[in-house]
Amino acid sequence: MNVPVATSAPPPAGDDILQTARRLRERIQGDVHEHLVEALYADAARITDRAVTRPGHQARATFDRSLDRLVTSRIWGFPVMFGLFALMFWLTISGANVPSALLADVLVDRVYPWLRDGAAALGVPWWLRGLTIDGMYLATAWVISVMLPPMAIFFPLFTLLEDFGYLPRVAFNLDQLFKSAGAHGKQAMSTMMGFGCNAAGVVATRIIDSPRERLIAIITNNFALCNGRWPTQILIATIFIGGLVPAAVAGLVSAAAVTGIALLGVGFTFLAAWGLSRTVLKGEVSTFSLELPPYRPPRLWQTLYTSLIDRTLLVLWRAVVFALPAGGVIWASANIHLGGLTLAEHLINGMNPLGLALGLNGVILLAYIVAIPANEIVIPTVLMLTVLVGRLHGVGEGAGVMFELDSTAAVKTLLTQGGWTVLTGLNLMLFSLLHNPCSTTIFTIYKETGSVKWTTVATLLPVALGFAVTFLVATAWRFFA
Amino acid sequence: MIPAPSAAAPEVTAAPSEACAKCDVYRAANLKKLGVNVDRCDFVVALAGNPNTGKSTVFNALTGLRQHTGNWPGKTVTRAEGGFDYQDKRYKLVDLPGTYSLLSTSLDEEIARDFILFGQPDVTIVVADATRLERNLNLVLQVLEITDRAVLCLNLMDEAKRHGVTVDDRQLARDLGVPVVPTSARFGKGLPELLAAVASVVAGRVSSRVYRLSEEPPAIKHALNELSGKIKASYPGLPNARWVAMRLLGGDERIAEALRRGELATLAARVGDAAGGLLNESKEPAAS
Repeated sequence: MNVPVATSAPPPAGDDILQTARRLRERIQGDVHEHLVEALYADAARITDRAVTRPGHQARATFDRSLDRLVTSRIWGFPVMFGLFALMFWLTISGANVPSALLADVLVDRVYPWLRDGAAALGVPWWLRGLTIDGMYLATAWVISVMLPPMAIFFPLFTLLEDFGYLPRVAFNLDQLFKSAGAHGKQAMSTMMGFGCNAAGVVATRIIDSPRERLIAIITNNFALCNGRWPTQILIATIFIGGLVPAAVAGLVSAAAVTGIALLGVGFTFLAAWGLSRTVLKGEVSTFSLELPPYRPPRLWQTLYTSLIDRTLLVLWRAVVFALPAGGVIWASANIHLGGLTLAEHLINGMNPLGLALGLNGVILLAYIVAIPANEIVIPTVLMLTVLVGRLHGVGEGAGVMFELDSTAAVKTLLTQGGWTVLTGLNLMLFSLLHNPCSTTIFTIYKETGSVKWTTVATLLPVALGFAVTFLVATAWRFFA
Repeated sequence: MIPAPSAAAPEVTAAPSEACAKCDVYRAANLKKLGVNVDRCDFVVALAGNPNTGKSTVFNALTGLRQHTGNWPGKTVTRAEGGFDYQDKRYKLVDLPGTYSLLSTSLDEEIARDFILFGQPDVTIVVADATRLERNLNLVLQVLEITDRAVLCLNLMDEAKRHGVTVDDRQLARDLGVPVVPTSARFGKGLPELLAAVASVVAGRVSSRVYRLSEEPPAIKHALNELSGKIKASYPGLPNARWVAMRLLGGDERIAEALRRGELATLAARVGDAAGGLLNESKEPAAS
């Protein structure tokens, strides 16, 4: 390939041709472009007529149309969307409990003591045992048992919905909102991708041509709750929100709470886009056409396969890779003593005043610093640090050891002992939505924008919002309660 | 002892792996999926088509890559490349962004058009939605105005069947002047036939022709003749002088600029490079 078309073409020849073209164009009546497009369309219609036979009635097409009328309707579009997503979360929440407990039982209750005793019998020094088995192994085991089941349920469901053709309808519903926020309608697509992974969502903004609107889409993508944050949302909602209502409806209420947080994220996307497009990123909104593809029966097995391999295992692998060193670091910080207190305690005590003012605590803030590489390890880190600083005996197995927490009830007991209230739970959910993107996403933003300035904005804007929102909620809560 | 390169060794008769040997597509077509390995290719195949017609599915089926496919338009935002071996020949497959036309009103249309026009792929596979043939043909005809080395992949035949639509592919091939292959890429149907059609275009076994509008508008017919004659004289070997003439008459600044700077030739080289990302700084698709 790459055969040069006319290497010898001298510029004068080009000029001559252009002059001729200009001269000829002036003599043409009407618009050349229109003439040609008309001829082209006429040909397409003629050829189609000769090749295609259609039946008199089209039952399926009517089904597509009436389904579209429902899911993109002004009245029902949003409730259907809300309902579908809530259903997905509910299936995820109620379906993940049993396998999660099973995994924890195997990995933590059985394999962990076996590893610990085995290493002790082999004469491995205590600090090495602690670092690898109590730190790294347990952190990884925790991440797998907490994350694998919800992901293995959520991703296939989401992919089935995508394969079916529902996502463009969501984009259609959201288009008007994005437009009035001064953003590009196609941003609905990158936002949807962000619900899977923000780094993927940032890359997906390439479908937006205008640099201004693309920057808005990149900066606000972090408000789409990524899968690394779903487990945190689901667990905390189950404990603190679901715990407020009778057990019979707890699952539904928790699912609604998680859906609410996800929608709040979409709300912040609009708010931030609106703010940006009226201040630093002013400009016209560009138009585009969105084709609603036909509904297609999802390919069940292929979807299961690709969503398990492409999404679930990929994300799990990333979490494991980050959990390993993080587990070691946490264990070490809990065992390095400086003047009577451990390193972790110093850090937590230092951050406590700020944390408490935000309705959170030092443990959560420290966990979010540890979890910059991967949001997935927030909950394991929080639990371990809570045990450590609260000096809760009889729950953990010693400083820096992650322990079995095979039921949400055990987690609740622990967190309540650590001084957590409904406010802490609620604000953790809010802060999980509104904080800096993970390091992978930050790096992707830098690669896509090539600008340190916009990468910084995209990183710090959500944290600033998170501090503001949690502070306001905490203040209001304390005022009224 | 250093094993001497044995020229006599039969290279492709044996299946590359046991898995391949079991695969229907391989058995039917002698296809060897090469994934991202696209060095030293014999032929370049471009994959064009309207959004959401299954280009990425065809791409994945032929290369064995797993580029994300999804039921929504505009998903392929960068040009993806992959390779495959077929009957002893090495092909590079380039998945272009889905577009409704090549009139270059947006960046992705420009990428697709530049590649087909100046990159001069050995074959362009145009993937069309059999259930929406008329609208798809608008793009198909625009591609065929640029190149005659093309194959129409009439995809989503399963859906057409579901809707009760039948398409006479032989009539279509006669009217368009290029091979037409009905496929259901999602289910791997018709892909061996598609490969065979690609191979026969590459080998020159198919006599195809560049598409000319059946009735060129009288208002511009004369101008078109004069201008394309002039272009042919200055750029002998340009395969689609008539199309370039249309663009110039229509006032396409991009083509005029290419001409003015003598860029017609150098653009070909530029398009050939991996012009991955749409923005300059995102040359390579991020692996995430």
